[in-house]
Amino acid sequence: MRVIARVENLTKHYFLEGEVVKALRGVTLSFEEGDFVALMGPSGSGKSTLLNLLGCLDRPTSGRYFLGNQDVSTMSDDQLSEIRCRYIGFIFQSYNLIQQYTVVENIEVPLLYQGRVDASTRRRCIRLAEMVGLGERLNHRPTQLSGGQQQRVAIARALVNDPHVILADEPTGNLDSKTSDEIMELLCTLNEAGKTIIMVTHENDIAAWAKRVVRMRDGKVESDVRTAPLGISGSSLASVTP
Amino acid sequence: MIFLTKIRRTISMAIRNLWLHKLRSFLSVLGIIIGTAAVISLMAFGEGSMQDALEDIKKQGLTNVIVTSVKPPEEATSQRRSFVANYGLTDDDHRRFVETLKNLVTATLPMRVFPAELRPVTDSRLYNGRVVGTTPRHAIVYKLENMIAAGRFLTEQDEEPIPRNVCVIGSELAAELFPGEDPINKTIRISGKDRAFVVVGVLKDRMPNTSGAEIEKYNGDMYIPLKACRSLLGEISFIRATGARGAEKVQLSQVVLTVDDSGDTDAVRDRVRGVADIVRAQLSATHPKKDWDIRIPLDRLEEAERTRDRYRILLAFIAGISLLVGGIGIMNIMLATVTERTREIGIRRALGAKRSDITLQFLLEAVVQTTLGGVIGVLVGLSMVFLVPYVASQFNYRVPAAIHNWSIILAFSVAVAVGVLFGWYPARRAACLDPIEALRHE
Repeated sequence: MRVIARVENLTKHYFLEGEVVKALRGVTLSFEEGDFVALMGPSGSGKSTLLNLLGCLDRPTSGRYFLGNQDVSTMSDDQLSEIRCRYIGFIFQSYNLIQQYTVVENIEVPLLYQGRVDASTRRRCIRLAEMVGLGERLNHRPTQLSGGQQQRVAIARALVNDPHVILADEPTGNLDSKTSDEIMELLCTLNEAGKTIIMVTHENDIAAWAKRVVRMRDGKVESDVRTAPLGISGSSLASVTP
Repeated sequence: MIFLTKIRRTISMAIRNLWLHKLRSFLSVLGIIIGTAAVISLMAFGEGSMQDALEDIKKQGLTNVIVTSVKPPEEATSQRRSFVANYGLTDDDHRRFVETLKNLVTATLPMRVFPAELRPVTDSRLYNGRVVGTTPRHAIVYKLENMIAAGRFLTEQDEEPIPRNVCVIGSELAAELFPGEDPINKTIRISGKDRAFVVVGVLKDRMPNTSGAEIEKYNGDMYIPLKACRSLLGEISFIRATGARGAEKVQLSQVVLTVDDSGDTDAVRDRVRGVADIVRAQLSATHPKKDWDIRIPLDRLEEAERTRDRYRILLAFIAGISLLVGGIGIMNIMLATVTERTREIGIRRALGAKRSDITLQFLLEAVVQTTLGGVIGVLVGLSMVFLVPYVASQFNYRVPAAIHNWSIILAFSVAVAVGVLFGWYPARRAACLDPIEALRHE
């Protein structure tokens, strides 16, 4: 499998009220194309920091980060924006849709910043909305949708730029278990279609959907195991592998 | 092309955001609206009255030097009722002007003006008007070519070889003495004199001259040949006014000297000043009691223009202040908006918006607001400019107004500029937010 993202000896230090917080203390990981990775760990373990770095929202204090063939660890703010815009899809815990936009317009946002918005991209957005099951609600606003529906919009939005990697930060954190399962099934379908997904979660039963679980503690990788994923059909707790 | 699409999308987005908060947007641009409207209307009213004043002055002729007879102070306060006041410019003065100034002055207009009771010969109707003894040149100096309502103005034949007893009368005099009749060929008598004058012409309604110390109304004037005035009416005019009764002997009430206007503006200007100086020197020598005055419309024009410039500066200052206040209003609301929409900014940054995209978004929101404010302000200002004179005219006030295209363009572009200027800082602040922090913002 081709390696799509690779971090080498990544560190990240914050300055908080005069004290240095070492959020990451040398992380080396590589992610293959088509992988489905769950990043786990207690709060403060550095998993969110790692996800922010992988999402090019921040730059590491030291170490290297290759996305595709590009070293993005030393890029400028504008270049990072460009990278986020073209190669990364985000899914957030609280959906993070733009309230004044309709479903279709929300899906369209990443294309807006690529400067490619026309009738054909609009059709693509509508197709994606239909794919996530919101074909009937194209012109609804986020406040008119349930949490699960909003997260589906967010997933469609993460797909619209055909990214190298989809980064999901507790995608089911705000959802009930039934809706969570629906969302995880959707993510699995995408993964099976070849999308690379890196997901932060602290719930084991959500992590169980992934093919690989990376556990972190104190800014370091504690364990990195391949697991047999649940698959789309089996959503019962009985089949969770420890 | 990509940039244009971006701008177009951003503008439509900005308009939608503003529409979402209609009242708030309106209140935040109210300052701009009021500022723009104030600039447009104040400018129009200011320019209007200034133009009126300048027109008045120009009507007196910028190449003219006007010398008038003035009752000297010691005689004005005289207690003797039957005293014949003898003062003012004389025919000798006029002759001297013509001789000494013949290279500088192209023409002169001597005039004798006195108040009189006028009545038709066949009627007992009475009108308190003015008799103006003058020459045919009067029509040129006072630009009466297009002001003749009926008949003609005085001609050379009325003066030479024998002065004729003919007159041209103002519109009000005509209406008062001959209501509903054609005044031409009717005769008018001057109280206290036994001479009658035949009407040969009637003038149209003329605007009073308000630029002097006293308002000079022309519509009650009766113009007769100067020579006829002298030979038929004598040199003494009797004044019968409330509380005063007297007689005056004034040979000439006024002499208008028209200066040669060839050459460039500066040369003409200097020539006018030179003529005024010569006249002043001459009269100072021959008239020991100060019974004359000299008026130079050119000086008054320059003074009026200076006043106008000062007014403009003052106006620009007021406009600046009101638009500054408007701009602060915009900045305030934009800062609040940025705080309120921090999360949205985070989302957009995460999805690939560059700092410049965020700057553009909020800057355009501010500019769209101030532009709309500017448009509304211009409309309000223009409607004031049309409405105020209309309402005032209902109460018989005249409010002159003159709209300058550039005042509209100026007010509008300043409004837009205010948006850029005061929207810049909030927009930059939005752009420089840390995307991770912004995403965490509740």
